[in-house]
Order: sequence, then C-alpha cells, then structure tokens
Amino acid sequence: MADASAKQVLFEPIFSNNPIALQILGICSALAVTTSMNVTLVMCAAVIAVTAFSNLAVSLVRTQIPGSIRIIVQMTIIASLVIVVDQVLKAYAYEISKQLSVFVGLIITNCIVMGRAEGFAMKNGPWLSFLDGVGNGLGYSVLLIFVAFFRELLGAGSLFGVSLMPVVNEGGWYIPNGLLLLPPSAFFIIGLTIWGLRTWKPEQVEEADYKMSRHTVKEAF
Amino acid sequence: MAKAKETVSRTLMVALVLSIAFSVVVSTAAVMLRPVQVTNQNLDIRSNMLAAAGMLEPGASTEEIEEAFSRFDVRLVDLDTGEYVEPSEVGVKDAMKYDMYKAASDPERSSSIPSKEDKAGIKRRPNVGKVYVLEEDGELVRVVVPVHGYGLWSTLYGFVSLEGDANTIEGLGFYDHAETPGLGGEVDNPRWKRQWVGKEVYGDEREEPRIQLVKGGVSSDAADREHKVDALSGATLTSRGVENLVNYWMGDRGFAPYLKKLREGEV
Repeated sequence: MADASAKQVLFEPIFSNNPIALQILGICSALAVTTSMNVTLVMCAAVIAVTAFSNLAVSLVRTQIPGSIRIIVQMTIIASLVIVVDQVLKAYAYEISKQLSVFVGLIITNCIVMGRAEGFAMKNGPWLSFLDGVGNGLGYSVLLIFVAFFRELLGAGSLFGVSLMPVVNEGGWYIPNGLLLLPPSAFFIIGLTIWGLRTWKPEQVEEADYKMSRHTVKEAF
Repeated sequence: MAKAKETVSRTLMVALVLSIAFSVVVSTAAVMLRPVQVTNQNLDIRSNMLAAAGMLEPGASTEEIEEAFSRFDVRLVDLDTGEYVEPSEVGVKDAMKYDMYKAASDPERSSSIPSKEDKAGIKRRPNVGKVYVLEEDGELVRVVVPVHGYGLWSTLYGFVSLEGDANTIEGLGFYDHAETPGLGGEVDNPRWKRQWVGKEVYGDEREEPRIQLVKGGVSSDAADREHKVDALSGATLTSRGVENLVNYWMGDRGFAPYLKKLREGEV
C-alpha cells in the first residue's frame, strides 16, 4: 500500500493531476520565467526544492502546529526556504538569479507550495509529503519546460541560449515571433497544452457548470 | 490531545520556537553565502564595464576578467568641477567600493536635477561619479563612464567607452534594463551596438554632446553622420531614452567638465 501510494504521489502530479494544467495554480511565474530554457530550469529546480522541503518540514511538525496559526507557520517555513534558495542562487547562479529577479522571492506566494503544504503535508507522513512535494514540483516543471521550449525556440530562435535558427537581426533567416517573448504568449501555450492534455485524458475535463438550453422564446420576426 | 494543542501558551510557544529556528536557518545561509555573492556582484560590474569597452570576449573566465579589469584605474570624479576626488572624501577605502547609484539617493551626496534639465529622467544625480581610465605609457587610451536613464518601461544602466580623445565612442552597452524583448530590448543586440563604434559625441568645438538616434538608418552621406546612430525599429521611446541619457551624461551636468579636462590634460 505504502509503496504503491509513494509512486502515486510522486508521479500523479506530472500528467494526471498537474498543478498547472488541472488545478491552474502557479500561473504567474509560468508566464514570467519561461522566456528561456536556462532560466526556466533554474526556476524549476528552485520550486522543486521549496515544495519538497516545505512539505517535509510541515509534515514533520504537523502534529505540533496549533490549528489557529497553522497557515502562518506554513508561511514561515516556506518563506524561510525561499530566502535560502534565493541566497544560494545569488551565490552560485548569479547571472540567472539576476534574470529571475523577484520571481524567486515570489515562490513564497506560489499557490502550489502553500496548497501542498496545507492540502497534503498536514495530513501525511514526512516521506510521503516529501515525495508529494517533489512530484508537484516536477509537474510544475514539466509544464514550464514545455512552455519555455516553444517560447525560446520560436521567440528567439534558440534553445538554452544556443542559436538553432539564426535570426534576421543577427544576419540569419528566421524572423522571430516577438509575441512569444512577451508574457501573454504563455497563456496561449498553456491553454493549448491543457486542451491537448484533456483530449488525451478526458477524465480531467470538468463538468459543465450549466447547460445551454434550446432557444424557445419566439421573438418578433 | 487536540485540546492541548490549542492553548494560548502553547500556540505562543510553537510560534516562538519556529521563528527562532527558522531565523537561524535563514541568517546562517545569508551570512555563509555572503562572500561568494559579493564576489559575483563585483565580477558582474567588472564584466559589464569591460563588455562596454569592447574588451571582453564572450565566455571569458574569471581570471581573464580580473586581468583585463586590473589594467584600468578606477577614479572618482567630482561631476561639477571635473576634478578627481580621493576615495576618502566620499567615505570609502578604495574607489571600487563607491556606489554612484546608492549615492544618488542620499541627499547629502547628491543633488536633485531641475525637471527642465532632467533629460535622462533620473531625478537625482550623485555629486561624485566613478570612471574607469585605461592608460598605456602615460597616454590615455580609453575612458569608460557609467550612464543611466529612463527608456520606456525601465531605467537603463550601462557604460559608454570613449577613445583617448575623450570624444570618439569605442563601445556602449547596457547591463540592466527591462525594455520590451524584441523591440526596446534590442539595445542589447550586438549588431546595433556595433553601429556606435567610431561615432563622435561632440562637434568640432567640443561644446554640447550631439548624439542623435535617427529613424530609417544613417546613410553614408547624411549630414552629421558622425553623431547619428540608427534608432531601434519599433522602439521609438527606448531610442529616445538612449539618446537622452547619452547626451545627458556626456553633457555639462554629466561628465562633460571631466572629459574636457581630460582632453586638455588637466587631470
């Protein structure tokens, strides 16, 4: 039982219960940091680290946390971890941390982290919670990398900063699609991804809130 | 059990213990990583300056950056008089430690710019600027000055490198801005930056700076072509910002008094 569910908590969030595609959480940073693969990968690593360790820490102290201040306690844990991650990035990935700027700090407000701490880690053991954090971080990462792949390739003609389609401005042939470098383009890609994902796994389609009834009232004409 | 968790004293206790535990974690990380971060920041400023001066090969190692940078003299300049000032006068041990942009927000060490003169849109100007001088055999080869100003969305921070005549541009580059990618963001485009090489800031009389960014390109027979650079397409406001900030910092309120003295060999 424990083994089966460990695997489940780790891999379910990737496609079956993706935090971005199904739960539509963490969209803000998905728009902001997906203009290049390098930046995206670092952001993903940061988010995985924070979700995993915040879940672990919350789960470890879950029996001690008084219900009245549990959200604040979770926030403290998450915020501390985010600051540590930010400091580490500034020390060892300075260039990329400059590009990520405030978005590392904003992991604190990423609903995925908080959602998993409150929704999973408060009710489950440390090991499972840790895996759940990694899984959800991975789910977030898969989508971000997917979005970044298209944005960097079509928006800048390169991947990981390596030029694959030389752009016109540098004497090549490819006219880059500037829209893809702007945040709104991520909406299109995420939207199309969700469409694709739900076509592949129809059980993810939400039930309609209402049904259009036939038009019955006869108007003039 | 559930009851015992909810008492006020216990809630306070948990809050206190957690706060202390996590503040220790956070401060340990901050203190331990501080030296590496400072090294990174210094390296960053150095490589930006060298990149503007056109002395940085892409992918240069830390040693190469340090080596190239060590050939420069870092000097502090009183912007009004154009004279060098000693680092001790602005309260730092060596000139490298002086931060112009921090000084600009300190009323003691800066002055506000009357809005009529504030072409660059920066509101305050530090009294003392930091310049990088490269001399070979006592002869001025390059001088790199910092520039900044408002574009469309953001303040652009960069450097302009001048040749030994303190007039001909050797390179220009911005290391920090948030202009629209693909439009104003093209200030980072190496092909666009290359156009600046060889342009002259001042006219024959060396009076006002005369850099212009013009639409539609600069033809080889245009009047004043030595002062004109092709504007960025689709980025009128960023281009205007760049033109203004270069002219501001090369003007009387910027580094002009210093550059004048430099040309005449007075400093």
